[in-house]
Amino acid sequence: MGKIKVTDREGKLHELEADVGSTIMEIIRDAGLDIEAACGGCCACATCHVYVTNDKINELEPIDDDEESMLDQAFHVNNNSRLSCQIEYKENLENIELTLAPE
Amino acid sequence: MTHKTDVVIIGSGPVGLFAVFELGLLNLKAHLIDNLDRVGGQCAELYPEKPIYDIPAYPKITGQELTDKLISQIKPFEPTFHLNQQADSIEKVDDGWKIVTSEGTTINARCIVIAAGAGSFVPRKPPIDNIAEFEGTSVFYAVRNKELFKNKKILIVGGGDSALDWTNDLATIADVTLMHRRKEFRAAPDSVNKMLNLEKEGKIKFLHGQLKSLSGNNKMINEIKYSHEEKEYSIGVDYLLPFFGLKMELGPIANWGINLNENLIKVDTEKFETSEPSIFAIGDINTYPGKLKLILSGFHESALMAQKCFAYCYPDKKNVFRYTTSSKDLHKKLGL
Repeated sequence: MGKIKVTDREGKLHELEADVGSTIMEIIRDAGLDIEAACGGCCACATCHVYVTNDKINELEPIDDDEESMLDQAFHVNNNSRLSCQIEYKENLENIELTLAPE
Repeated sequence: MTHKTDVVIIGSGPVGLFAVFELGLLNLKAHLIDNLDRVGGQCAELYPEKPIYDIPAYPKITGQELTDKLISQIKPFEPTFHLNQQADSIEKVDDGWKIVTSEGTTINARCIVIAAGAGSFVPRKPPIDNIAEFEGTSVFYAVRNKELFKNKKILIVGGGDSALDWTNDLATIADVTLMHRRKEFRAAPDSVNKMLNLEKEGKIKFLHGQLKSLSGNNKMINEIKYSHEEKEYSIGVDYLLPFFGLKMELGPIANWGINLNENLIKVDTEKFETSEPSIFAIGDINTYPGKLKLILSGFHESALMAQKCFAYCYPDKKNVFRYTTSSKDLHKKLGL
C-alpha cells in the first residue's frame, strides 16, 4: 500500500492510501473526494481532470491521443493536466501530488 | 397529444432498448423518452466507434453496432420513441402514471422504467461566472437559426465535430474565428482539412487559446478574454458558440420522491423496483449490493423487471414462462 497526495477544490490536502493496480481516479473517488468521473473510467468524458504538481509527472506514461482528445472537452487545461482515470497507480508513483481541477 | 401505453422507459441506451424486447415478449408495449436526438445513449453519443469486448457472444462490437443490432432486435415490438425531450414530471393517476416531457408530450402508462444511465446529456458549459447572462442571446450551445449570424463576428470554441462543422458552415455567411487549445482536432479529418484550407485562404481565423472571461451589455457580448501559454489576450465578438461536448445530469428524476443514494436509484434485486411501487430502475442508474455498471447487468435487470411489470399490467393473468427457442406464441410475437 502506497500513498498519494491530493489537494481538493477547497485547497485542503488529503493523503490517500493507494493500491497498485487502481487508477488515480478510483483512489480519489473511493476516498470520497469530490471527483465526478461520469463515464466511470473509460476515457469518454473529462470529469476526472487533475493537475500533477510535483516531479512525478515525469514518471507517468505519456498522454495518448484518446486522453488528449478528451482533455479538449475540459476547461482550465494546463501543461500538467491529466485525466486521472488514465493513470494507473504503480510503486514509482508513491507520493505523487495532484490537485483537482475546477469543475 | 396524450398517448397511452403499458410501460414508459426513460432513456434509450442499450438497456432501455433491450427492455423493450423483454417487455414485448410478455405482450407489454413501450414508449421511450430520450433527451438526445437519436437512440443508443452513451454507446451512440460517447463511444460509437469504440469497441466493447464484454457483450456476451460478441468478441468485439462498437457502441453504434450494438445500438443498431438492438434496434433490429426490438423492431417486432414497435416501440414509440419520443426523442429530443426530457421526462420532466410524473404524477400518480388512477390506472398508473402520467408522464409529461419537456416538449409537452403526455403519456399515460401503468409502469415507469428508469433506464437513464448517468442521466441526460446536456451541453458542457464553460465555467465563466456571467455566461448565463448571455445564453440564448449572444452565447449558443447549438445552432438553430443561422440567419442570426449573418455578417456578424462569431467566436467558435472547441476541437470536435460540432466546432469544426459550424466553423466551415458559417464561414460563408459570417466573420468566423475558431479557438482551440491546440492545433490538433478530434473532429473528422475531412472537416479538419476543410477548415485548414479556409484558414489558408483567409476565410476564417484560427486562435490558440482557452476562454477566460466575457464582457458586454444588454445580454450581448462585446469582448472575450482568453489565455494561451499563460498570457492573456482579448477579441471583440458578437456571438460565442462554445462546443465542449455533452455531460450527463440526473435532471428532474431527482425530484420525483424516489429514494436515491448519491444520484443512483436504490432498487431490490428481485424485480429492480424502486421505493415507489411500479417505478423500476435498470442499468447504470440503479444501485444495490454488488452492483456492477455493465451493459450485461442491465440486460439481466430488464428481464426480471419485465416479469413484475406484467403482474402490474395483467393482475389477473398468470404469466407462464416460455423460451424463445421453442414457444410458438413467442415466435408469433417476433414475427417469425
